[in-house]
Amino acid sequence: MAIQVKEREHQDVETEQLMSGCEAIAEAIRLADVDVMAAYPIRPYDGVMQAAAKLIANGKMDVEYIVADGEHSQFEIVKHACAVGSRVFVGSSGVGWFYAFEAIAVTAGLRLPVVAICGNRALDDPGAFGTEHNDSLAVRDLGWLLPWAETAQEAMDLALMAWRVGEDKRVSLPVAIGLDGAFLTHSQQIVMVPTQAAVNKFLPKFDLGDRLLHPDNPITIAPQVDQDWLMEIRMQNDQAMRKAHDVITEAHADFKKLFGRGGDNPFLDEYMTDDAEFVFFGQGTLALPMKVAIRRLRKEGHKVGLVRLKWFRPFPTQEIVKSLSRFKAVGVIDRDYSFGSPYYGGVLYNEVRSALYSLDKRPTIVGFIAGLGGREIEQPMATDIFEKTKAAAGSIKSGDMTHWIGVRS
Amino acid sequence: MAVETHGTGTLPQIKGVKDVPYDELFVSGHRTCQGCESALVMRHMVKASGPRTIVLGSTGCMYVANTTYYTTPWVVPWMHTQLGASGSAALGTAAGLKVLMRKGKIKDEKINVIAFCGDGGGADMGLGAISATLTHKDYNCLVLLYDNESYANTDIQLSSQTPYGAVTTFSPSGSKKRLMHTRWKKNVPGMLAAGHPESRYIAAGCAAYAVDLMNKIRKALELGGPTFVHTLDPCPKGWDYHPQYSQELGHLAVECGIWPLYEVMDGVCNLTGPTRQIAEGRKKRKPVYEYLKRQGRFAHFADEDVEHFQHEVDKMWTEWLIPGVIPFTVPAKDQTILKIDKKPLHEQKTA
Repeated sequence: MAIQVKEREHQDVETEQLMSGCEAIAEAIRLADVDVMAAYPIRPYDGVMQAAAKLIANGKMDVEYIVADGEHSQFEIVKHACAVGSRVFVGSSGVGWFYAFEAIAVTAGLRLPVVAICGNRALDDPGAFGTEHNDSLAVRDLGWLLPWAETAQEAMDLALMAWRVGEDKRVSLPVAIGLDGAFLTHSQQIVMVPTQAAVNKFLPKFDLGDRLLHPDNPITIAPQVDQDWLMEIRMQNDQAMRKAHDVITEAHADFKKLFGRGGDNPFLDEYMTDDAEFVFFGQGTLALPMKVAIRRLRKEGHKVGLVRLKWFRPFPTQEIVKSLSRFKAVGVIDRDYSFGSPYYGGVLYNEVRSALYSLDKRPTIVGFIAGLGGREIEQPMATDIFEKTKAAAGSIKSGDMTHWIGVRS
Repeated sequence: MAVETHGTGTLPQIKGVKDVPYDELFVSGHRTCQGCESALVMRHMVKASGPRTIVLGSTGCMYVANTTYYTTPWVVPWMHTQLGASGSAALGTAAGLKVLMRKGKIKDEKINVIAFCGDGGGADMGLGAISATLTHKDYNCLVLLYDNESYANTDIQLSSQTPYGAVTTFSPSGSKKRLMHTRWKKNVPGMLAAGHPESRYIAAGCAAYAVDLMNKIRKALELGGPTFVHTLDPCPKGWDYHPQYSQELGHLAVECGIWPLYEVMDGVCNLTGPTRQIAEGRKKRKPVYEYLKRQGRFAHFADEDVEHFQHEVDKMWTEWLIPGVIPFTVPAKDQTILKIDKKPLHEQKTA
């Protein structure tokens, strides 16, 4: 993607830097002129807070930086700072994310556009530092927008998008960017950092309008509504999530115009799918080993590609229908689990199958659970996934199962 | 609407009842019980702070019963916060206002930030966040804990502020166990004062002493930084007495020495109201029985229970370093603590 950028006229406004996913997010915080952020340590997300602390200590940005006494406080602090009109940032990982769960739920209920990262990490117990998406996915029903990044560049770009989309009055919902722990949070890559002037063109100032909590606007926020009004309010959240789809599309188009990045589709990133018969489907950094596998498998003559999901919420149903209905079989790779779910599949598997249910012509959709706890998806595993996907093609029903990949017996 | 303004952050001490601001910023129409002292605390709180105030309300009676959609009593801006989040709500709001004013995004002016919580939200679940907030000395905010000594909104369950032996729905008195609840009330303002030396103002008050309470709230807001006020609020439903006696029970709690009124301002402890008179020997403490017998929650008490209660309150007055505040004694035989060399280090002689 970096090569693409150099060809564009705004190339002179960007600088090329080597940085980790966490450092890229910290740069986005600086560029977005964030007002309040709250930190609490847990690996791997906290790399962002460490990088941001350095930027503050060195006078590179002016942010109210609060070290909280726990994740619940962290998320409550930014929620309330947001209510008085501050642009805010927060984040966590794994069980830390769960410790904040109450605050996470009410932030969406309040329609406050808090931007967070979830440095995806396996939940305790037993302990593991590596990637697993169950932390982010636990909030999937609550009204948080959930994009997932593949690279440090995309992490930065999605962060800038997050404030723009979340703070848009048509949406006004919080956003949690998924960053695979270690693979993305702590791996350094080349990142094009835009200038402040360019970001200012893309990202308007945060304005809560008549929802601002201030003595000049003495409103009561979130009184007890009971059964009398709750359903109407829930439906407003639903409508906001529906509108988010178009707002993301708009923001994506503007972003591409200004910075030349992001690809053709705001929601899906396709790799070698033009003539593909079989595709892998997943999100986050698993795209990297799967792309390596695709190039290898193609040398052997297999027509295989990858569809990577960039926004899990709002779930881009129409885009997925349009994309996946072209293939014979889809191998959905979940870096998560959903114990006891239909066909014991992962979260993505069942969401994708649900999206495609009413199609006359459906691909076979097979479920795979792989790479939990930060386990690498190695090439023999990728081959195994491909062979099982290919074997299931032709019979819709043969997708009614979930394979655990690379598990010792 | 005509409301009294106090200029930019000038909240003078109220000299008497006639000096209390006339305008109401917490109005009628809410749904708290008859005789609810916590609602009175809310009213006094915003009367004292004035209209340039943002109030954050933690879950509890003063949310569920008090702030219902279409019947909100708040004239000032108000926002709900979670049960354990009053400290964080105060901090986040204060931090947001501060940075927006510094960056010129909103007008630079004094805005009071008050977050309130009940005893469940403050003394149990939210204590950690309040403690953290009291260490962030760069932010101006007040946490007010209205203590009606139980989770009164959820059906009167015991909290760490429920007095020894009291009946609650989690501590009924039965045929096998007369007392289900045998923990002594957690000393919250004392602990917070002792543990947060940079907080400029921590106080214990009671709505039965309204002017004293309003002045404490004003001092807290005027001194700035993170501050804390704890009020004891008689609760007809939870304590089981007729609503007309709320004020009397507030008086009795103080007069019996159970709830000392005090403030710790810039590191100096000052007893106030009848508590000061008791300490100076100008007023005699009433026996706790006077207080206990007026409430159904102690109706099951045997003589020995009353004696134990009296004994513990006596200890507070006879053995504590400061009654109601510091629960340590300095042993008579070893006065080392009181004889500590308080000269600065460079003036001290080497041993």
